Amino acid sequence: MKRGWLIGAMMLLLVGTAWATIDAYEFKSPEDEQRFRVLVEELRCPKCQNQNISDSNAGLAKDIKDRAYRLINEGKSNSEITAYMVERFGDFITYRPPVRPVTWFLWFGPFVLAVLAGLIILTRKLRQPRVAVQVSPEQEARVQALLQQLDQVETGGKQEETK
Amino acid sequence: MSLRKGLLFSLPLILFAVLVYFFGKAIGTDPSVLPSTRLDQPLPAFQLPVLEDPSRTVTAADIKGPVLLNVWATWCPSCLVEHPVLLELARQGIPMVGLNYKDEPQAALKYLEIKGSPFVFNIADIKGDFGLDLGVYGAPESYLIDAEGKIRYRHIGVITEDVWRDLLWPKWQEIGGKDPTSADTQAGGPAG
Repeated sequence: MKRGWLIGAMMLLLVGTAWATIDAYEFKSPEDEQRFRVLVEELRCPKCQNQNISDSNAGLAKDIKDRAYRLINEGKSNSEITAYMVERFGDFITYRPPVRPVTWFLWFGPFVLAVLAGLIILTRKLRQPRVAVQVSPEQEARVQALLQQLDQVETGGKQEETK
Repeated sequence: MSLRKGLLFSLPLILFAVLVYFFGKAIGTDPSVLPSTRLDQPLPAFQLPVLEDPSRTVTAADIKGPVLLNVWATWCPSCLVEHPVLLELARQGIPMVGLNYKDEPQAALKYLEIKGSPFVFNIADIKGDFGLDLGVYGAPESYLIDAEGKIRYRHIGVITEDVWRDLLWPKWQEIGGKDPTSADTQAGGPAG
């Protein structure tokens, strides 16, 4: 119970840092603020690559945030703002790369691989029973005899345990 | 069966070859260098003061090349590194316009006074708005602008003598830039 409280308190700390970058902006509506929050998470900083502009402290990230804020207040939709940034910085700016021939591998690669893997597993599974059937009658008899022995040992063991 | 097995066993090898190809292609290229989205497009619209004379304003229409547009600032150490090369190119007659990016005008003027200015004039983009429209993500950056005012090439990072000779000079000739051995510059001055 005590640990639960502790974890809860730590989570609150995390929330504090995540919001810190947004507090400086005043929005017309909570919806706009929510949109801004999504946007700064999905836009990548071209300067300090591998950070989104929400996390980044770079001057350029601040500039992009300011511009995004201005565009939101002008009533632009998030996809319009993303397109606006892509026009300036290229596809790199967004963590959601557009579906194009160059990015097909990125978008569909995992599914193609999953289907391939599934097919391989399926064909192997379908082939397995045929292998299992190839047991000669003598072997079959031996297996039965061994199983019976095992049963006897097990039931014997259990009786000892219950004593 | 043996054919199937052969295929199955060669699969990792094929995958390996594909990976080698992609990683091999990445070797020697700087992943932090992004392609410009503005290539072969006119400069984005702007209206900004001239650093040397803030009472005058420049617009995109005033930047007609062939001219080299150099993005720099006094807070940028790499710009200091490339400054002597720019001075030499200017001395040879390559017309250059500076885009003083997110800088303090006083500091920038002082810098040019001490170090010498390779620029015909500077655009003072104090807030960095024009830089953002241009897709600038770090200084120094250099753009080659052709006679129609279109961006024909972008170089990210320091211009060294090698960079100029191998990358920019061929492009410069392609857009009809003057041979630097001829002395007179022909960059369009700021509109008065």
